[in-house]
Amino acid sequence: MIRESALVAERASHREIVLAGDYWIHVVRAGQTLRILDLEGNQAADTLFYSAADPAERYSAMDTIRHQGNLYLTAGTRLMSSEGREMLEITADTCGRHDTLGGACATESNTVRYALEKKCMHACRDSYLLALMKHPEFGMDKRDLTHNINFFMNVPVTEQGGLTFADGISASGKYVEMQARMDVIVLISNCPQLNNPCNAYNPTPIEVLIWD
Amino acid sequence: MNSEVLYQDILPAGCHWSFRIGRGQVLRLVDEQGGANVGMLLYNAEQLLDRINIPDTLKCQHTFRLTAGHCIYTDMGRVLCSIIEDTAGWHDGVCGTCDADLVEQRWGRKTYQQARNDMHRNGRDGFLIELAKHGLGRRDIVANLNLFSKVVADADGNIALAQPAAAGSHIDLRFEMDTLVVLHTCPHPLDMSSEWPARPVRYQVFEAAPLSDTDICRDHCDENRRGFLNNLHYHHGACHHHGGGH
Repeated sequence: MIRESALVAERASHREIVLAGDYWIHVVRAGQTLRILDLEGNQAADTLFYSAADPAERYSAMDTIRHQGNLYLTAGTRLMSSEGREMLEITADTCGRHDTLGGACATESNTVRYALEKKCMHACRDSYLLALMKHPEFGMDKRDLTHNINFFMNVPVTEQGGLTFADGISASGKYVEMQARMDVIVLISNCPQLNNPCNAYNPTPIEVLIWD
Repeated sequence: MNSEVLYQDILPAGCHWSFRIGRGQVLRLVDEQGGANVGMLLYNAEQLLDRINIPDTLKCQHTFRLTAGHCIYTDMGRVLCSIIEDTAGWHDGVCGTCDADLVEQRWGRKTYQQARNDMHRNGRDGFLIELAKHGLGRRDIVANLNLFSKVVADADGNIALAQPAAAGSHIDLRFEMDTLVVLHTCPHPLDMSSEWPARPVRYQVFEAAPLSDTDICRDHCDENRRGFLNNLHYHHGACHHHGGGH
């Protein structure tokens, strides 16, 4: 569902460009609004959320899907935790559909999906791991890398049970915005995947903005 | 499959258990009554950080539905197990598991004090109990399989639990590495039955037949051939009929 935001970028309390292949880890407080902006179009922002008070409570794709009875994320979706609590609500979305089935790319899964020789190509899970190793204050490690959201990605499921990575439906300037219902650690890998036509083989920057 | 049954047992309705199964063995699960749901998590038994990854499983085989021919992958690009037989036809991997609140809202609270071992258990607590036996916990709960439960999606992404498979349906999982299996027989979280719908499941362990020149899972797609090669590398190229090569 397309829903535009009334928030003005110039009034954001935090703005940051995240380059393709980089990670971003940041605490967003309850009541704050986070926007992820697709600057150049069809970029995948692989995103995880953890309760800042208890990181073992984290975003659960399964609980989110089940809670809304639908596979796709958009405005109105409540992002649920592994303990069945609302973590954030998507309050604006100019893209219309986001994926939470496809997970994050990894060097290992690239060997399966594309070729064994691709094992040293940069991947989201390497960015995630580096973020967690560089931020020991959060006390997290590989165990904490679970089933993420792929903002701006389009992964349709057919009635016959097929699943495809379709061409993106995002474009330059499209964004998704969510308001936190609890203090959350946000972990984003701005996806460096070079083997998937969904981003036209061209990973690009995103911008993250926070309003108080 | 004519192989001798090495072990078999029944997991009663609404219960949980865990065990280790060896590389080259088959775990057959039988829904004897029809309408069972088996919530399942899988971990590489010798390296527990290497665990089932549903997103990788679905995307590398371009499938939402899991059935015969598909492999279940770890997050390290390895094949945990292969679905070599399936008479149910469609298994879910994205709906997660019921928790205490869901069970109480839908079917009421039934405590041990009231009902002794017919109490209402739930899948999440079952997973937590079994994981804790192996030094794992909340952080190790990932997307689980819901065997015997078919979940379909329409063009808009709305999901629904379909009619259960026939009584007597079975699924055979051939293990491609030594694996810790954690499972429960609590209801699927989309099950709206008015009566507590938990059903028992029979489980049997066989030795797998040697991998032949053509294999329903390894040769299902190029991705699975590469997954088997990753297993071969993981097992240090050891010559074993389940290593993956010809």
